[in-house]
Amino acid sequence: MDIDWAALGEVFGVSLVATVALVGVFTLGIIGAGRKPSSGGTPVLARTGAYACFGVCGLAVIYGIYLIAA
Amino acid sequence: MEHITLLIGIVIVTALVFDFTNGFHDTANAMATTISTGAMKPKAAVAMSAVLNLVGAFVSVEVAKTISSGLIDEGSGIKPEVIFAALVGAILWNMLTWLAGLPSSSSHALMGGLLGATVASVGFGAVNGDVVVMKVLIPALAAPLVAGLAALFATRLSYRLTRDTDERQTAQGYRWGQITSAALVSLAHGTNDAQKTMGVITLALISGGALGADADPPLWVIASAGLAIALGTYLGGWRIIRTMGKGITDIQPPQGFAAQTSAATTILASSHIGFSLSTTHVCSGAVMGAGVGRKGGVVRWSTAGRMIVGWGLTVPAAGLVAAVSALVAEQGNLGVTAIAVFLVASSGGIWLASRRQPVDHTNVNDMPEAETGSTSGADPDEQAPGVVTAAVQAVSPPPAAGPRGGDGEGLPEAEADAAAVTAEPAEGGDISAEPATAAATGHTASEPTETEQADPDATALRDSVPRQYNSVGAASRSSAGSSTSTASSVS
Repeated sequence: MDIDWAALGEVFGVSLVATVALVGVFTLGIIGAGRKPSSGGTPVLARTGAYACFGVCGLAVIYGIYLIAA
Repeated sequence: MEHITLLIGIVIVTALVFDFTNGFHDTANAMATTISTGAMKPKAAVAMSAVLNLVGAFVSVEVAKTISSGLIDEGSGIKPEVIFAALVGAILWNMLTWLAGLPSSSSHALMGGLLGATVASVGFGAVNGDVVVMKVLIPALAAPLVAGLAALFATRLSYRLTRDTDERQTAQGYRWGQITSAALVSLAHGTNDAQKTMGVITLALISGGALGADADPPLWVIASAGLAIALGTYLGGWRIIRTMGKGITDIQPPQGFAAQTSAATTILASSHIGFSLSTTHVCSGAVMGAGVGRKGGVVRWSTAGRMIVGWGLTVPAAGLVAAVSALVAEQGNLGVTAIAVFLVASSGGIWLASRRQPVDHTNVNDMPEAETGSTSGADPDEQAPGVVTAAVQAVSPPPAAGPRGGDGEGLPEAEADAAAVTAEPAEGGDISAEPATAAATGHTASEPTETEQADPDATALRDSVPRQYNSVGAASRSSAGSSTSTASSVS
């Protein structure tokens, strides 16, 4: 019986880290984009941060499409 | 194309039919939570998924050369009869699980069919036991765990990060994120699963001598496989979508996003690293994980348990039908015809049975019946009177005033038995499928409305609350969701 534990572990690790990271980053983006000026902080900074977060997620999606097509 | 014999033609058509069932069976994987969180309207969601499945079929040039992934010894060449029998087993299992609203892996059904047909045709010697464990058993156990844990932590994290934020304000963002993840799942599905069908058709063409030994699939094979899976997806396996989107847990937008993202990353990671996981298992696991991850989220483990029983039965059940089909099909043209007629008759019977309580895009977000009624006690009752009665009961209307849970509850076991019963006297298969069909037809016209009214507690709730569910905004959506969940956990 030759079970490829390494590959299984790798799938496990990559899936877990990538999912939590992406969901976290996207959530930060949503919070940043939705923050109203009255709630403190500089709105410009929040907006820029939000766009950066969405950018990271966009890159992840493109990488995903690349993986599917490759 | 003069090389294409009648048998090869039948195999190609059957392969496309399998592709079609694969499409509507797996719509739920990408779109169930997208539909239940209201991120997309049901019709729009399946349309998008269908287009992406079609695109996915053309996207990748890498073709699965071995359809069985080494499960069985293909060295001596697989006979077209064996491929045909395998497809019959896989299609019937897909139809039965669709009728029961159970998400189950189409790949496993195909693998089970191939295993059964090969064992019947060649013997156990042609099966690589190690590979079965490696490609079927371990992934089936690992997939829901991996995706489930990822979705769980992601859900926890997103609720923690947004605890100071207004939920309505973030919901729209999460819906967009979810649509994107679902699109990736659809695309990956089209690429993976349409290729399986292309592989089957190509293999059949090669075995018939219409193509050279190492030929790539011709364009018409790619196009027809892509179209079949897209059509199936667009038809929408609404029963399975309902189970996955509503039956397992009540999904809120952040959960839907976490679940769908977990599914997308797990599928991509696994296929990239080369440890293939079943899309269905991944997505179901992700939904369960997201359900556990939200504070106050209720996962209906009875539904989850039924799904897992279904997964366990997939390979043996599809294998059994395929084995019997293979034995009959090898008797020559008459045998192949008998199996083809059997397939058409039983699929038609299952479709008629499904018309008793149709589930479509209008009621897909209602609660599954099995969850609104009592969910206990149906099982032993259905097992006791013998398999034929059980099979008929499983497809016949439940008592009007009784719990509607009886319908879905005993299905996995009853199905396996039904499959066995209908398959055993192989040529007589149509006869034993007949009672079910008759029972179903008898009730098609009048039954749905009657049952709707006859089941006061469950139906009243389903009609009053979730009907508006589609049209009202996000705020009432969450409250409607929680009221349905309370009702079901109380009963």
